[in-house]
Amino acid sequence: MSTMKPSKPLSYAVLGFGYAFLYLPIALLIIYSFNESKLVTVWSGFSTKWYWALLEDDELINAALLSIKIALMTATAAVVIGTWAGFVMARLNRFRLFPLFAGMINAPLVIPEVIQGISLLLLFVAMEQAFGWPEGRGVFTIWIGHVMLCVSYVAIVVQSRVRELNRSLEEAAMDLGARPLKVFFVITLPLISQALVSGWLLSFTLSLDDLVLTAFLSGPGSTTLPMVIFSRVRLGLNPEMNALATLFIIVVSVGVVAGNLYMRSVQRKRDREMQLAFNQA
Amino acid sequence: MKSLNFSRWFPSGRTTVIGVPFLFLFVFFLLPFLLVVGISFSQQQLGIPPYTPLTKMEDDVFTLVLNIGHYKFMLGDDLYFATYISSVQMAFVSTVLCLLIGYPMAYYIARASESARDTLMMMVMLPFWTSYLIRVYAWIGILKNDGFLNQFLMWLGVIDTPLRLYHTNWGVYIGMVFSYLPFMIMPLYAHLVKMDLRLLEAAYDLGARPWKAFVQVTLPLSKNGIIAGSLLVFIPAVGEYVIPELLGGSDTLMIGRVMWDEFFNNMDWPMAATVTCAMVLLLLVPMALFQHYQAKVMEEVK
Repeated sequence: MSTMKPSKPLSYAVLGFGYAFLYLPIALLIIYSFNESKLVTVWSGFSTKWYWALLEDDELINAALLSIKIALMTATAAVVIGTWAGFVMARLNRFRLFPLFAGMINAPLVIPEVIQGISLLLLFVAMEQAFGWPEGRGVFTIWIGHVMLCVSYVAIVVQSRVRELNRSLEEAAMDLGARPLKVFFVITLPLISQALVSGWLLSFTLSLDDLVLTAFLSGPGSTTLPMVIFSRVRLGLNPEMNALATLFIIVVSVGVVAGNLYMRSVQRKRDREMQLAFNQA
Repeated sequence: MKSLNFSRWFPSGRTTVIGVPFLFLFVFFLLPFLLVVGISFSQQQLGIPPYTPLTKMEDDVFTLVLNIGHYKFMLGDDLYFATYISSVQMAFVSTVLCLLIGYPMAYYIARASESARDTLMMMVMLPFWTSYLIRVYAWIGILKNDGFLNQFLMWLGVIDTPLRLYHTNWGVYIGMVFSYLPFMIMPLYAHLVKMDLRLLEAAYDLGARPWKAFVQVTLPLSKNGIIAGSLLVFIPAVGEYVIPELLGGSDTLMIGRVMWDEFFNNMDWPMAATVTCAMVLLLLVPMALFQHYQAKVMEEVK
């Protein structure tokens, strides 16, 4: 058995190197957001002035508000459509066109965003020519694009959760005379609520962060936060961007870690209750 | 008596449940591709939209004009050819580097104690949740000539003159590995963690050395994870735009960047559509493979 255990020092070395690679850049970014100098990589003293500069940057603030609005709309729509599609993937996968359906769910996970960007843009242009709608490009077209980006993630999270479900609860409800739609909303949906929450959060961050698709689908007056960041970062380092990045990273990290801990505690509680139920049976 | 059976005219519940998401995906995912193919055969023009229509109806004569000029140009142009080769090569090298760093990490996370595993995996996923753009930006400060890496190496005395990494292909490789590493680790971990360790014990009992046991037992059992992870990195990397634009040089040839420039700088939508078609063609086989393995994973869960 002793040969079974992987060597400790080697494991620490590999993981240490790996996590250093993943986190060192982020750590440097955060530390130097408090640097006084405009030259980002030369430390000249502690200062929070770049954070104050953010508050006066109207272009940035307006773009951030727009991005948050689109992200809220995207996450909500993506969860509705993604859950629907994920449920079909898990339960109704015996129809003739299913391989095509699965393909349309899986492909957006890997397809380069430039491809999706130009295709959706051409669709909207063709639609405008044919029916005069949507007029020009803006929040609506970005919204649809972002939903397409996120639906696959939600659908895959939901379908794997639905597959794990014990069907006895749903069957019991059916036996008691509940209609399928009611069973779905009263029984299935609460059981997969964790998947819905993580799908919503993932969609929210994906939308908030998207640059490429947005660039194709935005019009005048719909400049999102990543577009502003990109246009500035292209010119090189910018201490204000370090400050913005730091805020972003802190908010997301706190959210993800808290969400994770919460879900783990919910899981543990559920396991305990299941155990109790089985013990009584 | 009007006993029209209305229910006949409406699709059944099951069809509706399947039909709605199907239609949504069809309209916003598949149909747009067909449009891209169509527009790659049209011609750039001034006006809205900036391309000529393919079909015309004049005096009861229906004409379809397909302009194959863009394809001819692309096939004959050395720069385009070099860009394809270079995109595939850059994506391939990035994938191999991800595998070399990701496999040992996934392996040791999977072999860590049960309580540590969740935390370690969360730490792999956390950077994926934070902004992609910000993570790429973070590397500019590190890779620049007067950046942190060069400062550090010169302070150590390893080098006298700064290494040129920013605005080179090396910068792109580092950025790609950094951005895509979580996608490699996730499927590898999923396969390694559910591996039956008794198989390894058996190999040891039969006298296999650790290295041989790894090559003959662990590696084949994680084959699907390697393939899935590699595809998750390779396919999007081929069409990557942001990383070569921010970290690469002007000589870093990548197809996503060429397509972006045709579209936004030259305003040549038909040419951009042609480049897109070529990119899809390039990715068809890897995409089909990815589809195949996703389907397999789904079957396993059942």
